[in-house]
Amino acid sequence: MLFNLDDIFETTRMITEHNLDVRTITMGISLRDCCHPDINVTAQKIYDKICTKAEKLVRTGEDIEAELGVPIINKRISVTPISMVGESCTANDYVPLARALDKAGKQVGVNFIGGFSALVDKGYTKGDINLINSIPEALDVTDIVCSSVSVGSTKCGINMDAVKQMGEIIKMTASRTADRDALGCAKLVVFCNAVPDNPFMAGAFLGVTEPETVINVGVSGPGVVKHALESVRGGDIGEVAETIKKTAFKITRVGQLVAQEAAKRLNTQFGIIDLSLAPTPAIGDSVAHILEEIGLECCGGPGTTATLAMLNDAVKKGGLMASSYVGGLSGAFIPVSEDAGMIHAVECGCLTLEKLEAMTCVCSVGLDMIAIPGDTSAATISAIIADEAAIGMINNKTTAVRVIPVPGKGVGENVEFGGLLGYAPIIKVNTYKPDKFIARGGRIPAPVRSLTN
Amino acid sequence: MRLVLTIVGEDKVGIIAKVSNKLAEMNINVINVNQNILNGFFNMVMLADMDKANVSIKDARDAMKKLGEEIGVEIRLQSEEIFIAMHRI
Repeated sequence: MLFNLDDIFETTRMITEHNLDVRTITMGISLRDCCHPDINVTAQKIYDKICTKAEKLVRTGEDIEAELGVPIINKRISVTPISMVGESCTANDYVPLARALDKAGKQVGVNFIGGFSALVDKGYTKGDINLINSIPEALDVTDIVCSSVSVGSTKCGINMDAVKQMGEIIKMTASRTADRDALGCAKLVVFCNAVPDNPFMAGAFLGVTEPETVINVGVSGPGVVKHALESVRGGDIGEVAETIKKTAFKITRVGQLVAQEAAKRLNTQFGIIDLSLAPTPAIGDSVAHILEEIGLECCGGPGTTATLAMLNDAVKKGGLMASSYVGGLSGAFIPVSEDAGMIHAVECGCLTLEKLEAMTCVCSVGLDMIAIPGDTSAATISAIIADEAAIGMINNKTTAVRVIPVPGKGVGENVEFGGLLGYAPIIKVNTYKPDKFIARGGRIPAPVRSLTN
Repeated sequence: MRLVLTIVGEDKVGIIAKVSNKLAEMNINVINVNQNILNGFFNMVMLADMDKANVSIKDARDAMKKLGEEIGVEIRLQSEEIFIAMHRI
């Protein structure tokens, strides 16, 4: 097959100049056969299974990267929620299981391993309680383990006991990792409507409906979209949407190719492509800058929600045709510390927590990687989680909260996490107290699905 | 496997010769060449077949990158699959 020169150079420019990459190849590994009454045996089984199944994951990713010439930034693993795997253990402390995940992840060379998770949308089992209580120490003593807790869903309502507890767990995790600017909290997500096939961290886990092993791929490319939009300056918004769609199609085709190849070479099943536009702190790889290219002076100002809604929708429309299976979170991510444009918008005072909350109604995930003052109370964090979960529950979408209350730091100060996690200015939190609401506990009933006004 | 090589940089004498020579050393067969010079800037795309190559694609990529540095142009070598995925439905 012969190619048009423009097509060839378009592709190479996307890679060399506009940060086109495949963000992550995430291998899902079921640990359902690792249960044992003795937690040390369980830990060993977990370690052995991960090391066997993912032995060639990193090498395969590197081979594909070399052949196709497109960077594959991360190779990761997601596992069955550990609350289910640990439930048969007689021990109540699941930290040894987190250590086993950490050790196995490092052995096979991945940069994160997700699944130190519990799903408590409607209530707790023994394993859920043990897991959640183990989170602060687990995130303190491990390096690459990520944790997530699902506290609600459209079908179940919101577990307010869990919402209350997660506010406390986030505070405890921050305090245990205070010497690292509360880095533990950057690896902990609270979900509503959690998805079983998400390849992105920190919220990846392998859901119970998933196969023994599976390859899920997350694409990226905010820089490519931003660059494509530079060619339609002055055009109407329909033209902008059309350009985003076409660009998303091309980006997703690369993800699809990588996913198929990886699944074939690892002798496993291709799961899904996650059509998320995932930013990085690198210049030219920002979702905020796309919104500014569309015509906002600064992300966070009036017009932000509308432009983001259009962007998110157009990315999905373009990506859907490019891939045979789409899933995961699929939308534009707006993690503050991981996006140069978002960081700037917070620093200049244009982007507030309340506007971020509005943005999460129309795009992927939620309040993500947001540094808040260290003196924010557990009840306030719980209330932020409740608000965000309510948006997810009512709008039938995934929402999440990953906030970092940085001990000893206040509004205007910066916190540095390093690498892909980036850095963030600490954002102001409304200080009126929700304490009595949070203290009630109980469950918010599942919402009515008609009369939708 | 078929490869796409892209070569861009300032025009000078002997770019095609040196690139072809290096490919021949690795037993990589050139199928198609498309080249032009715009404002003194050299742009070339080569389609090649590496089924009988005596090196791996990774080594070929590294060898071409090194050659590019010696000549003073940028040479990228990739499987054609990524271009098919992106530009053909």
